[in-house]
Amino acid sequence: MTTPTQISHRSPVSRRTVMGLAGAGAGALILGTSACGDDPKGGGGLEAPGDLDVWVLQDEAQNAVQNGAVTRFNAAHKAKAKITPFANDPYRDRLRVAMGSRTQPDIFFNWGSGSIREYVDAGLLVDLTPTLNEDAAFKAKWIPSVLESGKIGGAFYGIPNRGMQPVILYYNKDVLKRVGVQQPPATWSQMLAFVDELKKAGITPFAVAGSQTWTLLMWLEYFVDRLGGPQPFQRIADGDSDGWKDPAIAGAIDKIRELVDRGGFASNFASVGYETGGSGTLFAQGRAAMHLMGSWEYTNQVREQPQFARSALGFATFPAIEGGTGNPKAIVGNPTNYFSVTKSSDNVEASIAFLKEMASDAYVDDYIGRGDVPAIADIESRFDRSPSPEFARFVYGMVRDASSFQLSWDQAIANRVAQPMLTNLQKVFLKQLDATGFVTAMVNLK
Amino acid sequence: MITTTDAPPPTVDRWRPRRLRSGIDRAPRPNALYVLPAALFFGTFAVLPVIGVAVLSFTTWNGLGDPQPAGLANWQRLFTDDTVLAATGTTVLLTVLCWATQTPIALGLGVWAAGQQRNRAILSAVFFLPLLLSSAAIALLWKSILDPNFGVAAKLGGYIGFPDGNIIGHPRGALACIVLTVAWQFVPFHALLYQAGARNIPRVLYDAAVVDGVDRWEAFWHITLPQLRNTVITSSTLMIVGSLTYFETILLLTNGGPGDATHVLPFVMYVEGFRQYELSFAATIATVLVVFGTVLSLLIVRFSGFAKMRSTLEGL
Repeated sequence: MTTPTQISHRSPVSRRTVMGLAGAGAGALILGTSACGDDPKGGGGLEAPGDLDVWVLQDEAQNAVQNGAVTRFNAAHKAKAKITPFANDPYRDRLRVAMGSRTQPDIFFNWGSGSIREYVDAGLLVDLTPTLNEDAAFKAKWIPSVLESGKIGGAFYGIPNRGMQPVILYYNKDVLKRVGVQQPPATWSQMLAFVDELKKAGITPFAVAGSQTWTLLMWLEYFVDRLGGPQPFQRIADGDSDGWKDPAIAGAIDKIRELVDRGGFASNFASVGYETGGSGTLFAQGRAAMHLMGSWEYTNQVREQPQFARSALGFATFPAIEGGTGNPKAIVGNPTNYFSVTKSSDNVEASIAFLKEMASDAYVDDYIGRGDVPAIADIESRFDRSPSPEFARFVYGMVRDASSFQLSWDQAIANRVAQPMLTNLQKVFLKQLDATGFVTAMVNLK
Repeated sequence: MITTTDAPPPTVDRWRPRRLRSGIDRAPRPNALYVLPAALFFGTFAVLPVIGVAVLSFTTWNGLGDPQPAGLANWQRLFTDDTVLAATGTTVLLTVLCWATQTPIALGLGVWAAGQQRNRAILSAVFFLPLLLSSAAIALLWKSILDPNFGVAAKLGGYIGFPDGNIIGHPRGALACIVLTVAWQFVPFHALLYQAGARNIPRVLYDAAVVDGVDRWEAFWHITLPQLRNTVITSSTLMIVGSLTYFETILLLTNGGPGDATHVLPFVMYVEGFRQYELSFAATIATVLVVFGTVLSLLIVRFSGFAKMRSTLEGL
């Protein structure tokens, strides 16, 4: 690791000057990350002074809330926290490289489970179980199912830092009305009848961003859960590749094929993306009747299609499947995102103190005010301050009543398996693989 | 132009008396020290990393901790891995398609741009514009053009057999999109090579041909093309070896899909390395690509007679 003194030998402009000149520019923030760990350690008190480098994703709304937490924390503590935002796509790579080196952040944003399992195995993360056990009031603040889903090997390595993101079946009220339906489908047989009805009216039943495999995964996740509950996937996530042979997997693939063959998705779905002009736009414009997507879709529609979001955007839970053993109230998605602390941090105590800020009333209210639904227990009364109280209550109730909250498979499963799984699933949607073909391909991955 | 004389040059190269005697290198040159900066740069940023990657291919490493020796495990997996085998086929197909589409277009454009037409300068400048754009910008641009609902593909797809605009979501259509995008991006560069080559063809050849009553097509076929032989070899080598590294266009345009229709070796290498964090296996694929590229360019140079450095102007 280079120190600022070494740098200034080589160039007339010292790193600090450069930093100052660059000001709040994002480039400076990225450069700055390596400088942070250099600051001399404090006097060895419980919370030493010094910088806490907090890595987060670049997101205007989120960063504003996080900066609020930083301001409150810095006012009350000797240590000073600082947010370093990264663009979403390169973040995982950047984090990986940092974790393999000595320039690690003190605290970093992650998706729990698969996204940090290897760091846990490599002994890089602080076990937060004692923190939660010592501070019962802090632990009791969280919705248990969400906190639980952040567990790895029976221990907690992450503290939730933002809202819950279950996958929701959105529907276009205007379109459903046009074909004479009041309610979205509640069962699989209703769903098929819907598909036929909508096809007759020349409307695409389900918008799907088929060029992005993660959007297809939501269908598989829900079908498997409805057919066989959370156990079949749990077995796979635990590393048993024979788990793919569970009848619920083959059954779910058959359901997907049936939906594709019946015309549940537009014939050109494989070319559609999720960005602006993608599946969300088709859905909002009424060219598709329903859209299976994470809770962030609501925020996107409010921003991109405010008129539609106000008047015609409906939301519902995923239909039950007749004969399936799964609980129809179970949900899939991203239970939440987490902050984890690295063992290499100069200031583990202060980092943990910063994490306590995540459950503070001010932080939670900030998120609610921005339309998010934090994973905090008993906050229904506070949703009045949400810009969309109805949706916030719906999401909150969905999670509260859920028998289980399955983390997105591509995050929960070993990195090695995630990409082939997504590719094979896309082949199912493209009719290149049937249930037997998919199961064989997945079992053979080992 | 360098003229060679039969007598040794007056400044005797004291550092290389042996080569001087053998008569291979008779031109006066600065000594080896002058190569040092370039050699150091090349060694540090090209040779060393390649050696590092080759070493890494004999280990297991997930990017955390130290690489553990693994013998030939990665190499054994390489020859049995279905993804890699399929991607090798796609890479070869993409390379052939790219060469076959880019060469005629670049040749035609380059030879045309070498002429004296009145509108030539303006049109050439327009044709060369894509060369100035970054690959990422080009990929994103084509992605919105190819959108099946709101892009050009929705309007024009019907005329080329895709009535629902599903070009990029169709396995063969997606590969065609990659070929097209890459061609759009790189044809200007190769056209530039051909333009320079065509400008160097002596005027007398065409004048003589006119006297012999040759038409323009015959002149192109019998004078321009043979005269451009070395340019064709240079351009083809760059194209073929370059196609082993097409990656960002694929990542941004199709992300390897639909299914595995556009999984080429560099893309598989990225996925293995940075999505699956099997960095040692990614290093194995990288090593194969380096060997592939080197062998290919050596073969082209060897079998085309390029290594003999024979001028196309002999006897003029």
